[in-house]
Amino acid sequence: MRMCDPPGSLERDPNVNFAYLDERTKRMIRRALLKAVCIPGHQVAFGSREMPLPYGWGTGGIQVTASILGPRDVLKVIDQGSDDTVNAVNIRRFFQRTAGVAVTTDTTRADIIQTRHRIPETPLREGQILVFQVPAPEPMQRLEPRQSETRKMHGLAEYGLMHVKLYEDIAHYGHIATTYDYPVLVNNRYVMSPSPIPKFDNPKLNMSPALQLFGAGREKRIYAVPPYTAVTSLAFDDHPFEVQRWESGCALCGSRASFLDEVLTDDHGGRMFVCSDSDYCTSRQGADVRSVISDGG
Amino acid sequence: MSEQTLDLNLQEVGAAFSDPVLSSQAVFRAALAALSRPGRIQSVPHDAQQPPGATPAAAALLLALLDPDCTVWLAPRLAGGAVSAWLRFHTGCRIVSQPAAARFAWSDADQLPLLQQFALGSEFEPEISTTCVVQVKALDERCGWRLSGPGIPGRQRLAVAGLGAGFLAQWQANHNLFPRGIDVLLCAGQFLAALARTTAIEA
Repeated sequence: MRMCDPPGSLERDPNVNFAYLDERTKRMIRRALLKAVCIPGHQVAFGSREMPLPYGWGTGGIQVTASILGPRDVLKVIDQGSDDTVNAVNIRRFFQRTAGVAVTTDTTRADIIQTRHRIPETPLREGQILVFQVPAPEPMQRLEPRQSETRKMHGLAEYGLMHVKLYEDIAHYGHIATTYDYPVLVNNRYVMSPSPIPKFDNPKLNMSPALQLFGAGREKRIYAVPPYTAVTSLAFDDHPFEVQRWESGCALCGSRASFLDEVLTDDHGGRMFVCSDSDYCTSRQGADVRSVISDGG
Repeated sequence: MSEQTLDLNLQEVGAAFSDPVLSSQAVFRAALAALSRPGRIQSVPHDAQQPPGATPAAAALLLALLDPDCTVWLAPRLAGGAVSAWLRFHTGCRIVSQPAAARFAWSDADQLPLLQQFALGSEFEPEISTTCVVQVKALDERCGWRLSGPGIPGRQRLAVAGLGAGFLAQWQANHNLFPRGIDVLLCAGQFLAALARTTAIEA
């Protein structure tokens, strides 16, 4: 079953400009986006606007989406991989009301996908744009809180601090303990926060056919990874980068290739693991739900 | 601010987009696609009446991206013609006389100054650099240069008619400055292709 609003249920509000933002704000964001694409991984400052929802709810991503969106684009919004959680539903309805655009939950049909904390399992294609909501754009913020200093570090490509942090993980825990928002090196130059996606998704950033845009509303930063751009996860020769693995497949669709969420099923320790990407999981259930059932039986 | 008076005859100033919201969005997306995929030719359809001397794609780009926050340098032929009045009337941008003071530049290929004369940005703020809109005679992505870099799987061909012989050496120097450097949007007719500062060019 696919969750979708019936057509015509959300009328375009004629009292707001197309996609909510005023035109001069869109132009400012568009100019920032063009420069961000030319300097992959570099954070470009922009004049983030007050949006009709609080910081932390995707104001950066919404402003980026509002600035790129056109009337013929098909929009998909996901929150932790799901199309039907509160943040995703609200943002999708926001753009239906302010821009009248078509929306979908189908990754393959979407032109623009705004996401919080996941990259879809279904491989993206050329021409698609993935817009990330970013809470903390500066990957070294917890190591060096002064922005004047981190800016210098980026300018001089001085990333020793970041490697020390990863090394201290190894010294303390025997492995790199960062599991999400795992820092990456873009185009062999800038260290970048991939936003709080699980490190499971980091390999999908590399040489993606889709354009990837990142918006941080509270921190007022925009950055980008163009299509077909090298993105490597930081690691050491003797401690290579690894992604999470699970002992079993998804309890609903059987996939062994997707990122799984743990779901508690009762008060007695019962639990199951299911795909976090709801569109991927439901489309697989539609395709081979019978084979999974017979496997389970 | 006041030294730039706008002396124009409104009867002679061509109209801008009939739908500024959606046309600006469409033109921006063409520019975004072009800079995301350097060397790939994008079409920029629009209904603005560009002034004499302006290439349709170049006029649409500047109309869509400029406003009073922007400084623009115009090459001599464009600065002397109707382009300057048209651009200032429709966008409110500020025209500057030094390429290094401009966030945008608009030039014919044969009047392009040395690329190093534009604003190149700093190591800390490499985005504070000029975006050059260059009008060329023709673009062809089936032959010519071999481009590589971010946005390009393997190699991308691009032939540009009208650029001076010294361009490639200047571009190489610009490319080597990364993360500093300028970015170029090449316009011919209603088409455009881009060179990002990350783009390496082999002749």
